[in-house]
Amino acid sequence: MGVGILVEDLNAWYGSTHTLQDINLHIPANHATALIGPSGCGKSTFVRCLNRMHETNPIARATGVVKMGEVDIYRDASPVEIRRRVGMVFQRPNPFPTMSIYDNVASGLKLNGFRNRRILDETVERSLKQSALWDEVKDDLKKKSGASLSGGQQQRMCIARALAVDPEVLLMDEPASALDPVSTSKIEDLIFQLKSQYTIVIVTHNMQQAARVAENTGFFLNGRMVEFDSTHKIFTNPRDKRTEDYITGRFG
Amino acid sequence: MSTQPQIQPPPMNFQSKAMRFNTGRRTVTNYFVGGLSILATVVVLAPLVAILFYLIYKGASSLNLAFFTHVPAPVGEQGGGMANSILGSGIILFLASLMGIPIGIAAGVYLAEFGRGKALANAVRFTADVLNGVPSIVMGIAIYSLVVMQQKHFSALAGGIALAIMMVPTITRTTEEMLATVPHSVREAALGLGVPKWRTVLSVSLRTASPGIITGCMLAFARVAGETAPLLFTAFGNQFWSFKLNEPIAALPLQIYVYAISPYDEWHRLAWAGSLVLIVLIMVSVTLVRIYANRGVLKGGS
Repeated sequence: MGVGILVEDLNAWYGSTHTLQDINLHIPANHATALIGPSGCGKSTFVRCLNRMHETNPIARATGVVKMGEVDIYRDASPVEIRRRVGMVFQRPNPFPTMSIYDNVASGLKLNGFRNRRILDETVERSLKQSALWDEVKDDLKKKSGASLSGGQQQRMCIARALAVDPEVLLMDEPASALDPVSTSKIEDLIFQLKSQYTIVIVTHNMQQAARVAENTGFFLNGRMVEFDSTHKIFTNPRDKRTEDYITGRFG
Repeated sequence: MSTQPQIQPPPMNFQSKAMRFNTGRRTVTNYFVGGLSILATVVVLAPLVAILFYLIYKGASSLNLAFFTHVPAPVGEQGGGMANSILGSGIILFLASLMGIPIGIAAGVYLAEFGRGKALANAVRFTADVLNGVPSIVMGIAIYSLVVMQQKHFSALAGGIALAIMMVPTITRTTEEMLATVPHSVREAALGLGVPKWRTVLSVSLRTASPGIITGCMLAFARVAGETAPLLFTAFGNQFWSFKLNEPIAALPLQIYVYAISPYDEWHRLAWAGSLVLIVLIMVSVTLVRIYANRGVLKGGS
């Protein structure tokens, strides 16, 4: 089951660029939360702060408090522990090119030293079923390389890979932006089904997508979170003029 | 014939004479450059093929079972072989690979994965490039004073060390370059799954780059396999069987050198045969590693 995320006074920098400024936010458990905003507004940096991927860049740093359930991820845990509890799906599908489909999905467990064959088999099957890819690949799990799948299939495999470690939170950084409309709608269906079990945070440029999959939506602009509310409210009756301008397409 | 007036395309500047002239010129240029590259390939391959065939012509007739099973015969006696040299080369190269490949790969991993932009990394990179340019005879003398003088005798080990040091820069730089071609997104995928950095480097970065790294190791191996100069003052060579790492040992290039500058026709013939064997052994070992490595990569372990 998912956990809620509480963000207090989060600030982030790349070198001297202040990319996130004083973000305060509560992301409810077992719901999908969408983050929208123009390019370069800090959405991606924000999700990367939620699993401490931000700090893999040597010039990047972050301050503030991020709590997942009871755990303060910057003080109570190592980045490695946090990333095992928080799955991440990236903008472009990034399968491990030397691994089979099976090994790709099992990689989170295998690379962390898990070897029980029966449980690995079960986990791979469960994860691929959750990501609606099982029927398409079940016959060549170990024969085909993960990189030989189509773009949409690769992205669903990456979702399965993230789910295989049984995370509580799933971060998705524009997961459908590199995909065609058919694959995009499959990914959206998937998010819709998964959000009852996981806390999902999805960054998107596509406002219809945010409206379709997310209960809550946050609008980011120039490193600040302008508005956070139920998706319905954001898209029909936003409080802030800037949110209204953005969703009606007047800028950005 | 036709009563209707011909419809003329509107005159367009860029499709006029100049453009048509260009198209013709481009086709000619295309054939010309294509031809040049084929010619260059032939020019590069021709000496290689010529050398191989010349070696076969000169050396194959002196090859027989004794060549692979006997030690060199004393001056004046017929027969004899280079069995001890083949074994000695194998031992020296094994020692060199055992030391050079892990150090080379480890240094390459440091440069690509941990040392980005650090002063130490720049120093290591510079040293590797300089080391790559050190003449092999200088390497031989250096190891002579650093190892042989200390031990007070020549040894297989000293030869192995000399060749290992010559292998390191090539392997380091290829490893670094091959790791740099692994997309950042693949590393992020592993880190995002909670895989520690060291494990990501071993199981994801290195594995993704492994075909290129193996090629680098093979290049380095093939390069030192035929080296004579670094072995002159280190392994020294001998005329009998020796398995001891702490004593002088024979090596094919050394034996070829000794035979080639000797005044005896029989020895000249053996030198040709030795050269042929050396080249074939290098080609076979490189090919075997390639085949084995490719299979391993495709199968994929964990």
